[in-house]
Amino acid sequence: MNLTWIDWIIMLVYFAFVLGIGFLLKRRVKTSTDFFLAGRAIPAWVCGLAFISANLGAQEVIGMAASGAKYGIATSHFYWIGAIPAMVFVGIFMMPFYYGSRARSVPEYLRLRFDEKTRGLNAISFATMTVFSSGISMYAMARLIQTLHILDGPFQRMSIPREWIFHASIIFSAGIVLGYIFLGGLSSAIYNEVLQFFLIVAGFLPLVWLGLKNVGGWHGLTQTLPAGYTHSWVGMASPHTNRLGVEWFGLVMGLGFVLSFGYWCTDFLVVQRAMAADSMSAARRTPLIAAIPKMFFPFLVILPGLIAIALPNSATQTPVASTATSIAQPVESSGTGIIPPKMDASTGLPKVDNDGNVVLDYDLAIPNMLLHYFPTGILGLGLTALLASFMSGMAGNVTAFNTVWTYDIYQSYIRPNASDEHYLMMGRLATVFGIALSIVAAYAATRFNNIMDMLQLVFAFVNAPLFATFLLGMFWKRATGHGAFLGLISGTMAAALHHGLTLPSGAISGIKGGWLGAVVHQYPSEMAQNFWTAIWAWSTCFVVTIVISLLTKPRDEKELVGLVYSLTDRPSEEHLSWYQRPVVLGAIVIAMSVLLNLVFW
Amino acid sequence: MGLDIRLPIGGLFIALGLLLTLYGILGESNIYQRSLGVNVNLGWGVVLLAFGLIMATMARWGKAGRASKDAARPVPSPLSSGRPNQEDTH
Repeated sequence: MNLTWIDWIIMLVYFAFVLGIGFLLKRRVKTSTDFFLAGRAIPAWVCGLAFISANLGAQEVIGMAASGAKYGIATSHFYWIGAIPAMVFVGIFMMPFYYGSRARSVPEYLRLRFDEKTRGLNAISFATMTVFSSGISMYAMARLIQTLHILDGPFQRMSIPREWIFHASIIFSAGIVLGYIFLGGLSSAIYNEVLQFFLIVAGFLPLVWLGLKNVGGWHGLTQTLPAGYTHSWVGMASPHTNRLGVEWFGLVMGLGFVLSFGYWCTDFLVVQRAMAADSMSAARRTPLIAAIPKMFFPFLVILPGLIAIALPNSATQTPVASTATSIAQPVESSGTGIIPPKMDASTGLPKVDNDGNVVLDYDLAIPNMLLHYFPTGILGLGLTALLASFMSGMAGNVTAFNTVWTYDIYQSYIRPNASDEHYLMMGRLATVFGIALSIVAAYAATRFNNIMDMLQLVFAFVNAPLFATFLLGMFWKRATGHGAFLGLISGTMAAALHHGLTLPSGAISGIKGGWLGAVVHQYPSEMAQNFWTAIWAWSTCFVVTIVISLLTKPRDEKELVGLVYSLTDRPSEEHLSWYQRPVVLGAIVIAMSVLLNLVFW
Repeated sequence: MGLDIRLPIGGLFIALGLLLTLYGILGESNIYQRSLGVNVNLGWGVVLLAFGLIMATMARWGKAGRASKDAARPVPSPLSSGRPNQEDTH
């Protein structure tokens, strides 16, 4: 890749602003509430954009484009089914409890509603997961910088060995994120996330425009690509008639309900942004405001994948050959469109799957699109947008980590009753060692190349049952702490059991499943297996929580006011204008997303 | 939290917009084959510049609005703030 001085200047300008915001906000951070919750003073639109931007890590930008190239517009299910309904639900129904309970974190809500051990379980598993997520973002960014040869030129000019590029990228990304979060806390993270949101739009919108112009618009895509690529619902009656390999029930229940609600409604990384809002109605509107750009993001991130695979095959047009090696090789045209094949590092030849088809390296869809269409200048902008998305993912994880550590682990178990300044200091310290641990996780990923898959699995096992716990906690006053705790544990075990006893077709026992010895069921695809694992985990947690709760003593109803639906006053909406009422906004969002589903049926 | 977010957004996009626009006008003109012949640097640079200016202007209006509201309001009573959490100072 040839980056010229203008590209570098654009990148440097961006990083200067990012750190500058941290410095500007530093003096406004005086209490721990300022640091961890941005003083609960952020306006709704800012929280809304930060909400979606924190979720929009580079894995999403790159991953969704990759899925777009692999599965087509059906990938939009991850947005229109797998995000929007949950976002509307959390805004309208759950935020009153998160915000109204004055809990400073999701685990703290669990302590208020259930008991200490439930909080502890959630806090420790969440803290561990955020550190690993942050580390993986760091690792993925460093690998991408390596693969795209972004730093090759400057390093060569400065006579630094190329092997150091990986380390330099890790240190650089860690340093920037550490800098602005240490200084400004959650406010800094939120402001930068909003900046990153606009930057991502600025970087990818021209790409989509150019790409669509090139392939003849959506109509051109429907002509060039097989029908399965350009329809999201046709063929969903059976797993064998669509590219995702899953039927609509598994999709709607597994993705649309369990996984999506499990993430958007319980993951502190996003909920934290809504908790920072300046009022109850702002907190409720945050996810709804976030849902609007989220609905249109498929056009920004999924379309490039579709365009990438629709372009004519050409060896000369593929700038990047492989993620397996860091040397650019001339590519034989065994790729499709501008997506190269995955190279086997040991043989130097393209990888081939069990059916003899070439395995494509879909993750290179977006980077190759950037390189294909962008001349120098705007290329710097596109790359900066990509790097920004990695860092916003990291920063989101780090702020969630330092809050959960300080309030839910340190203050609860290690040193309660210290002064507010002490916790503020602890928060800054936690930022430092949180990033240090992330770096360790990033290097672990270089050693164990299955670690990313394994972590995805573990996250799914832990997250899937969570929504059952919260649903019962918020809407059933009879749910008890013992029920919640045992429900969570049994749900996670059910997920692991299900995964260990099933296998997607074409896969070998191991990380993909079937590791408990016998394969009881075979799924048509990995996605189907994931969704059904989630369904089993959720159902187990739901049933166990109910049964154990009925067998154990509930808490006094007085203590649960403000924490449970039936014991809390509905937030009043009369004083708000129509466009500010959460229920109205929610209805509009749902209507729009139904419309989008119909358009791309 | 005091610092209007629209100000840094405006600042960043004015800077980026200016950089791209100027490069589009003054830079090499034969690099646009890959972008289908369109001078994207100039075109998109202008759009970003406009966006940045709009953001910065909205931030200024917001500040002016707040300042005049503060001047017009009588001395606020500590009980009437209406916000759920007033324990922090700004």
